[in-house]
Amino acid sequence: MATRGLTDLPPSRRGYLVDPPVIAPGHTFASVTEKIMRTVLTGRTPLGWIGGLLIAFGIVNILMIAMGYLFWKGVGIWGITVPVGWGFAIVNFVWWIGIGHAGTLISAILLLLKQSWRTSINRSAEAMTLFAVMCAGMFPLLHTGRPWLAAYWLFPLPLTMGVWPQFRSPLIWDVFAVSTYFTVSLLFWFTGLIPDLGTLRDNAKHRITRVIYGVLAMGWRGSARHWARYETAYLLLAGLSTPLVLSVHTVVSWDFAISVLPGWHTTIFPPYFVAGAIYSGFAMVLTLLIPIRAAYGMKDFITLRHLQNMSKVMLATGLIVAYGYFMEAFISWYSGNRFEMYMFKNRATGPMGYFYWMLITCNIALPQLMWLRRVRSSAIALWFMSIIVNSGMWLERFVIVVTSLHRDFLPSSWGTYKATRWDYAVYVGTLGFFTTAFLLFIRMLPMISIFEVRALLPQARINPLLQENKQ
Amino acid sequence: MENHPENLVQIKPSTASSKPKLTLAEARERLSSATGKRYWRSLEELVDEPGFEELLENEFPAGAIEYQNSGVSRRNFLKLMGGSMALAGLTACTRQPDEPIVPYVRQPEDLIPGIPKFFATTMPFPTGAMPLVVRSNEFRPTKIEGNPQHPVSHGATDVFAQASLLDLYDPDRSQNSSYRGEPRNWSDFHAAVDQYKVKAAASGGAGLRFLTETVISPTLAWQIQTVLKKFPSAKWYQWDPVNRGPARAASQTLFGQYAEPLYKFDAANVVLSMDSEFLSGAQFPGFVRYSHDFVARRKLANDQPMNRLYVVESFHTTTGALADNRLPMRASDIPAFAAALLSMLGGGGSGSQGFTDEQQKFLQALAKDLKANAGASIVVPGEQQSAELHVLAAQINQALGNIGKTVVYTDPYELVPSDQDAGMRELIADMKAGKVDMLAIVEGNPVFNAPVDLDFEGSLDKVGASVHLSSYRNETTRAAQWHLHGTHYLETWSDARAYDGTCSLVQPLIAPLYGGHSAHELIALFSDTPEMTPYEAVTTYWRQNGKASGDFDANFRKWLHDDIIPNTTSATRTPSPRGGAPAIKPLDKNAIEVVFRPDPSIYDGRYANNAWLQECPKPVIRLEWDNAAMMSLNTAANHGFNQEDIIQITVDGRTLEAPVMVVYGMPDNSITLHLGYGREFAGRVGNGYGFNAYGIRGSKSPIVATAEKLDKTEDTYKLAIVQNFTLIDAKASDPNTQSRSVQGSEALRRDIIRVASLDEYKKDPHFAHGELYNEDPGYEQTLYPNYDYSRGYQWGMAVDMNSCVGCNACVIACQAENNSPVVGKEQVKIGRDMKWLRIDAYFTGDLHNPRAFFQPMFCQHCENAPCEPVCPVGATTHSPEGLNVMVYNRCVGTRYCLNNCPYKVRRFNFMLFADYETPSLKPMRNPDVTVRSRGVMEKCTYCVQRINAARIQAEVEEVQMQQSDPNAKRVIKDGEVLTACQQACPTEALVFGNVNDPNSKVTKIKTQPRNYGVLSDINTRPRTTYIANVVNPNMEIGDRTGAPGKSYINPAGAES
Repeated sequence: MATRGLTDLPPSRRGYLVDPPVIAPGHTFASVTEKIMRTVLTGRTPLGWIGGLLIAFGIVNILMIAMGYLFWKGVGIWGITVPVGWGFAIVNFVWWIGIGHAGTLISAILLLLKQSWRTSINRSAEAMTLFAVMCAGMFPLLHTGRPWLAAYWLFPLPLTMGVWPQFRSPLIWDVFAVSTYFTVSLLFWFTGLIPDLGTLRDNAKHRITRVIYGVLAMGWRGSARHWARYETAYLLLAGLSTPLVLSVHTVVSWDFAISVLPGWHTTIFPPYFVAGAIYSGFAMVLTLLIPIRAAYGMKDFITLRHLQNMSKVMLATGLIVAYGYFMEAFISWYSGNRFEMYMFKNRATGPMGYFYWMLITCNIALPQLMWLRRVRSSAIALWFMSIIVNSGMWLERFVIVVTSLHRDFLPSSWGTYKATRWDYAVYVGTLGFFTTAFLLFIRMLPMISIFEVRALLPQARINPLLQENKQ
Repeated sequence: MENHPENLVQIKPSTASSKPKLTLAEARERLSSATGKRYWRSLEELVDEPGFEELLENEFPAGAIEYQNSGVSRRNFLKLMGGSMALAGLTACTRQPDEPIVPYVRQPEDLIPGIPKFFATTMPFPTGAMPLVVRSNEFRPTKIEGNPQHPVSHGATDVFAQASLLDLYDPDRSQNSSYRGEPRNWSDFHAAVDQYKVKAAASGGAGLRFLTETVISPTLAWQIQTVLKKFPSAKWYQWDPVNRGPARAASQTLFGQYAEPLYKFDAANVVLSMDSEFLSGAQFPGFVRYSHDFVARRKLANDQPMNRLYVVESFHTTTGALADNRLPMRASDIPAFAAALLSMLGGGGSGSQGFTDEQQKFLQALAKDLKANAGASIVVPGEQQSAELHVLAAQINQALGNIGKTVVYTDPYELVPSDQDAGMRELIADMKAGKVDMLAIVEGNPVFNAPVDLDFEGSLDKVGASVHLSSYRNETTRAAQWHLHGTHYLETWSDARAYDGTCSLVQPLIAPLYGGHSAHELIALFSDTPEMTPYEAVTTYWRQNGKASGDFDANFRKWLHDDIIPNTTSATRTPSPRGGAPAIKPLDKNAIEVVFRPDPSIYDGRYANNAWLQECPKPVIRLEWDNAAMMSLNTAANHGFNQEDIIQITVDGRTLEAPVMVVYGMPDNSITLHLGYGREFAGRVGNGYGFNAYGIRGSKSPIVATAEKLDKTEDTYKLAIVQNFTLIDAKASDPNTQSRSVQGSEALRRDIIRVASLDEYKKDPHFAHGELYNEDPGYEQTLYPNYDYSRGYQWGMAVDMNSCVGCNACVIACQAENNSPVVGKEQVKIGRDMKWLRIDAYFTGDLHNPRAFFQPMFCQHCENAPCEPVCPVGATTHSPEGLNVMVYNRCVGTRYCLNNCPYKVRRFNFMLFADYETPSLKPMRNPDVTVRSRGVMEKCTYCVQRINAARIQAEVEEVQMQQSDPNAKRVIKDGEVLTACQQACPTEALVFGNVNDPNSKVTKIKTQPRNYGVLSDINTRPRTTYIANVVNPNMEIGDRTGAPGKSYINPAGAES
């Protein structure tokens, strides 16, 4: 038994050795509802929240200015050039899409795998997914030379011109993959919200609040029939989302793998991109939840157990990613192809080599610390780890996009890439947009699924679907 | 010339029906002639005029005054406002635009809109005329081509001729004349000259001086000499900062008369170039013809043996790049080298002491080779070299028996050859002494480019009246009293002599855009026939001097049409050189020499405001927009200079600050400076770029000077180099290590450059294929069936790597033909050059004396184009004739095609690079090519507009033929479609045509065994293929290609 010998240890170390519970003891249905609902239905907005929103919204304005100038002048305000035709925009796109993976994975795949610990984090993870995909979705449009045309020419619209998109292009596949993913994620998230919206409607004091939540709750009454329908729908959506988790980043990886460019033209890209996406997605969930659980006193629901589980997922996906890096290097040597060999040599030792080694440090070397229980049990250590992994994953995309392009086939055309202030402005701007959206979410909707957490309580072990099957 | 814009009907804005006694225009005119106090007095007089009130009334209508005087009631105000609002909308229906609009009310005869016409004309240039055929779209000159019937050009051109089109439309051209900054017109100047002539008649024009550029126009020379007869004491000087002084001085020494050496490169087996740039551009007289002749012996397609080129040079020019054996040597050491060579060939001269072992070896092998080819060799001295070297070169040619065989002497092409340096000294002395009361500067820019120690600008103050005729308001305009705005050669009548003396007529294609006047008119003012127009001058001269029988008018029309005046080629002289070898004073080995050279892009500074040329990468060094202090790796390392450090170069006590640029293959202790940069008054394009090398170029050492000291400053200056050459394998600071260019080594490793020596080629003509190279996948090795092209045309191109001299004519031709924008230095620096065609340079071997390879690179029109499947909107597709086409309208600008293009030949409009604003540039554009807007990808189209023009012509003719024979077929014949780059190329290195036709030129070239596709092993199936290099080094000296590992050449030097 895990508790044996616990008393031999000083109290400060006991925590490392036991698996913390999924929900802190001593909660009742009422206390769960009350605690989570209070963050939404309170009249007093925390000052920290207001301050955070002001800062984040300020950054959104930077995004607006950067986008306005971009539309006015063209993509030439960025650092892209010949031969590096894609730069920050595509790096950011892939990075945000990757982050958007954790939400669906947590909600759908873990639901199907009956990992009940997911219930405390799935709501915010899904919200994070939606906002990350929104951020990601901006870039493909922003990066085009003529966004006013790209905005609709990339869709198969039956226009009078009779001209269709070119379905051989992976960029078109991307349009479908990302838009499908966003739509399904939104539906899934909203469906999961309905019972909680009903709770909010019933508890709201103010008339307007009640009307808004009432409309959103779509007549939820919590009858047994409602529950049966709801759970069927939720399961179906989970089933629908599961392949999407794999498909989206596979398609995104095809954006590169379909090309002839050394460093892009690689069959390992789909699995390695998906693993990387989950890796960065979980890192982002940690980045968000660790401060929030402290600020909102949610440690009872988002316990160390959640953090530990997520760090284990990161460890696993991080190793898949490491395998990917290794295979890239191995195949470039094993292929005997001079372009591939030079590509890898340049990636590791060329003028942008330090990005590669930073990426290896952030994505492979440092995360190995998570093997230590001590690190996994420290929220602060994990938070720093999540930042490191997020940076590492951004660098990975940068290395793939930029260093492959800057020295390709024809040596006369080798060039370099230098991001401009507008590149940074757009990137930081989307971080602001993401933060703003997330702050609004935690203020207006229950950040943790109330009804699902209630089902985690020992009193609730009657629902076969949400049954705690571990102990 | 029968159709001119004057023939068009111009609709002018409607004018008032009842004419007041005084019009505003009259009032303005009256005031414009007055200045200062007189202006105000005139204004008062004007107010008292009876018509003035009426004029005022018309200008400020009565109603308005009434409202002003009586005060405006609310009711009236609203009425007025309402009325004007309504009328504001109506004005568009009732008024003509203010500017004249030009429709064809009656279409001019023989003009079909959309079908261009071609006129023969000639571009004058200090090193000889360039015969041209200029395309005119609806009377607008839009493209300049060489005249295929003229022996000087064979239809080819050079960069300057191509880019001179932009000069015509340059918005910064001077648009009016002035006196001390006040606007004046031609008649004012006419009056001033008339006054002066009366005054000067007494003294025989003792104070009258003309300063022209090198005159190659027989008519202009005749006009000036006529004036000089009228004013016997007047003097005429010619000045070009890059002049042929040394060559002329040498011919005086040798023959006692001016003579011009002409070379027959097609007859030479061995050529030695000593600092000459005969393959490098128009700075060498006869470049176009010479490179054509020279390359004819390197195509290996005929039974003529391949020639061998030795180059001894102080800079890395394109001539040096083509050399089979090349020796970098300081310019000041080259005369000693020539003297040593002369002594080895038994013609006197000093011995070879003082040379290094490497140089000795080179000398001996060279002397042996020259002796073996006596009578079939050429020794060419550089234009930017001392008179001693020119003497020595002539003596070597004499010793080898080349004179009369491969080198012939004729009269110079200048009408009046002169020692321009001495002339300038004399003129400035006269100016300083106050002897000059009228100085007419006819074009040129002496304030900027005269020897700095003579102080032309300061002396100009002591001149009674100074006149400057110029198309631009340049530095000289600022200093001279009178400015007369000049004409472009496409706007005026003239004539000009080519380097071999052949005369051609310059006929205008357009009336002067800004009403300027040409040199002929200026000189005419001083003559007894001041009203003589340039046309009259030209016809008068040729009526007297034309050597053709028959009716002059008919002859003249023929001359205009042919662009050649018969029997004008200079007669061959057979002078015999006299005197011994000149004494040579070699420069101290440790002294640093500074060599001044004309810039390959902006020449002597005259093209500084030409954005096409400014943005044209200089050959070999690939620098745009600037000049720099160019030096060797070792020189930079020994002084601790880094690329782009600003250094101070002191010559004769004058200091120039310039950034360092390392040029591979330059001799040590030598700095080359390109002239013409650092302009202050060039115009919006040219101002402020580069560093003024004239600032340290004195009259004592105009070609090679000695740097007293070099100092490093703390500052740096960013250079826009379009190809990043700074990647070096070994540490550059160690002179003993062999440094290699990473790009050059990779180009060999990736089979982008394939090269063999002549012997190896003879042994194995298929050297460009085989196990050394990664071969293409077979044509049939494909999952999907190949497209069937057999029914129609299938276009393709071949580039002969052996023929390309890297002169850039194709680059500018492409830019002019395809309306490519100029992006500016800042954009170039970050890699956003918009040219569709570039000439890549790869340096292989030891960078202290590398071999440079030129590779024209443009869209390869791959059959398996990687760009096509990745475009999400299908904006780039394949045409049924094999072209990879770009649909600009459909492009949304994802740039995936650019990323996926292995050749990186696609160009993206990152911003709005095309100039939609400047009115004067609009008529310049080729109407058959879209001007691309922002956010759109573009690339080489194989000049699809020319293909389509030829197709339309063929189809029209087919229909006509079918009226008599229903089965008649008319296909596009080989040679009917010439791409712009192909047409401009002096060496026919680029050949385009239908590869379905087994007899077409391109097919024949492509079936050579040396034909290979760049990067075709990744299965792109490029339609543009390259013909592998064959070099012919003298292996006694060794080869410098240094291809590692697998090259045919230098297998012993195999390494990593």
